[in-house]
Amino acid sequence: MSMDLTLLSALVIAFGIAMYVLLDGFDLGVGILFLFTREERDRQLLMSSIAPVWDGNETWLVLGGAMLLATFPGAYSLLLPAWYVPLLLFLFALIFRGVAFEFRPQARRKQLWGYSFGLGSLLATVAQGAMLGSFVHGIDVQGGRYAGGPWGWFTPFSAVTAAGLVAGYALLGATWLIYKTEGALQDWCFRVARWLMLVVLAFIGLVSLWTPLTNAEIADRWFGWPNLLYLSPVPLLTAAIAVALWRSISNRRELTPFIYAVALFLLSFFGLAISTWPYAVPRAVTVWDAASSPTTQAFMLVGVGLLLPLVLGYTIHTYRVFRHKADAGLHYH
Amino acid sequence: MELDAVLLSRLQFGFTLAFHILFPTFTIGLAGFLVMMHGAWLATGAEAYLRLYRFWLKLFALGFGMGVVSGIVLAFEFGMNFNGFSAATANVIGPLMGYEVLMAFFLEASFLPIMLFGWGRVGPRLQFFATLMVSLGTMLSAFWILAANSWMQTPSGFELRNGLFHPLDWWAVVFNPSFPYRLAHMLMASLLTGAFLIAGVSAWHLRRRLHTELAARALRLAVVSAAIFAPTQILLGDLHGLNTLRHQPVKVAAMEALWETRANVPFVVFALPDQTNATNRAALEIPRAGSLILTHSWNGRVQGLDAVAPQDRPPVAVVFFGFRVMLAIGFFLLALAWWGLALWWRGRLDAADRYHRICLFATPLGFIAVIAGWVTTESGRQPWVVQGLLRTADAATPLPVGSVASSLTLFLLAYGVLLAAFLVFAYRIARRGPEHEIPEQIRGAPRTVWRLRPQ
Repeated sequence: MSMDLTLLSALVIAFGIAMYVLLDGFDLGVGILFLFTREERDRQLLMSSIAPVWDGNETWLVLGGAMLLATFPGAYSLLLPAWYVPLLLFLFALIFRGVAFEFRPQARRKQLWGYSFGLGSLLATVAQGAMLGSFVHGIDVQGGRYAGGPWGWFTPFSAVTAAGLVAGYALLGATWLIYKTEGALQDWCFRVARWLMLVVLAFIGLVSLWTPLTNAEIADRWFGWPNLLYLSPVPLLTAAIAVALWRSISNRRELTPFIYAVALFLLSFFGLAISTWPYAVPRAVTVWDAASSPTTQAFMLVGVGLLLPLVLGYTIHTYRVFRHKADAGLHYH
Repeated sequence: MELDAVLLSRLQFGFTLAFHILFPTFTIGLAGFLVMMHGAWLATGAEAYLRLYRFWLKLFALGFGMGVVSGIVLAFEFGMNFNGFSAATANVIGPLMGYEVLMAFFLEASFLPIMLFGWGRVGPRLQFFATLMVSLGTMLSAFWILAANSWMQTPSGFELRNGLFHPLDWWAVVFNPSFPYRLAHMLMASLLTGAFLIAGVSAWHLRRRLHTELAARALRLAVVSAAIFAPTQILLGDLHGLNTLRHQPVKVAAMEALWETRANVPFVVFALPDQTNATNRAALEIPRAGSLILTHSWNGRVQGLDAVAPQDRPPVAVVFFGFRVMLAIGFFLLALAWWGLALWWRGRLDAADRYHRICLFATPLGFIAVIAGWVTTESGRQPWVVQGLLRTADAATPLPVGSVASSLTLFLLAYGVLLAAFLVFAYRIARRGPEHEIPEQIRGAPRTVWRLRPQ
């Protein structure tokens, strides 16, 4: 019984993280691309393309944090202190990026809050990517406590994942903007998306080789028999989607590039989940060891079962209401 | 060495929490008034209400953004700085936070964009529904987070096994003894603070002869609301205090700086509590008034701080002064609200220059009272993080001092910048006042609106 609840909780958290990565991913990506735009009109369009949704997107992060506390306190109370430095950078970056939505339209010095938005998005992505790398790589746990020091999360591998995530989010952002913009700005997004896609594929390849080469357990997970057979669709599907994404960009389709970029992310996410399962803190604590009491998980899952459909319902509704092309005059001020 | 990191973590948590609570107070209170203004517009079709709604919506959005970004920090700080607490209490506290996100945060995040950007894209009914949902969201958020906080004050419905709290009865966990009182007290505090925020800004507009007709209308709304909210709040505060006396008598003893258990307790108007010698210096007391307030009888017996060992006492001066600041502001706001009511009754509210000046001065008082109240209740629980069961010192993460010192410094700097920017932008919006012309696409909307009486 308790095992099933733990499994279910892990699935819910994985779902929440995936939602967060995809949704906040594209709006952080828009923030990164913001740094490379010059025209005030373009900058306004970029921000208004995500103004109605960024807060909802970020709420998935808070859900992830709260769910992790509620269902896997063992991971929550171990990982968060281990990531004290990158988490703080991440949170400060999110703060300065988030307030820019309200402050920039009011400000006389728009440049300042523009940097707050763009650099905040970039730093948040870098910190997130570094934490992802440190998660996959594993953290130093001794006697149930984190023992890696304030900078233990910073490794060559986490630097690679940080750079990879920047490219990945920028790709999501660029494909989102293809969908939300028109004219010269859209042309620019098509060009950028194509380059970003190549960079992202290079990073996916690099991480896919690096992890099994440096870790026998991960190598065994992917290349042992019969896993090799079962898991072979993951890289094949990734290749197929890469081709489809390339073609949809070439054919100047408006929505499909975003969908393929999302699919690329989901596959990478799935791949990392395969590499790290069943650990809540890789190579140190399994999901079962990190789990909260069955009563707690059950109470939480009842809430998820009742409320998540509702949440998804009005999230979809908000996206539908604001489905039109971005409008620089969207702001209510 | 380790103790220093604990102290720094506490300072950081207290600071980030105090900063954050300003904005939920702001949004819970304003959301209530936005519902009233929006509803009044739809019901009467009077454009004045629409202009007021749109004006206050701008300020609301500004404050809401601040609340979101400062709130995300807290969701992670529990684990970063207090992993002993999160590890021990996650079974009980975790789901309360999960429910807060699922019920409140998504609701607010999904419907606020419709309030802000929905003009002309959705019908007026859906837009009003959005206003209602955002207001409901702010209250649901308060519901769950105050359930969690109240459980730390008056834990119930659990058992302690191997240092971990395990839930036994969720109803008892959520509706723990202090929760209904704390929730009512906080919601009313937010509404009262919102009322005086609106009163202050409207009084300012009246003094500057800006949008006088609109400002007079808003001032009336604020003053009449405050005249109801202020006495209700004092009554709720009294009930909350009596509840605290029953469940956390040491906190009440600290609030009253009552060092020894005795009957005929005086009310200490002012004193300098001396923690080391367990006595008050320079005390100004009203005989027996303390017994009357706390036990509702002239000679009631009240437990003093001597009931617990010195190391189990909260920092008395902090609790004592925090409580007095809150109390003084509460009664001042009551007087101000009733004075305004009397002016309104005699038809002099719009031109009462001195009253407007005092209202302007009173604008931030609600916020100060809220902070003072939270300082009282949180410091009054010390040295415990979960009353009587888990010590704050055992709850903190053993972090390097340098890490916490750096993060605290960064928070002080960053939040200082943010608060300054927020105040500048809020000042500009408030100074500009409501728009003169409602944009055409919006003015067209109320044709489809239900009206109480035809125009």
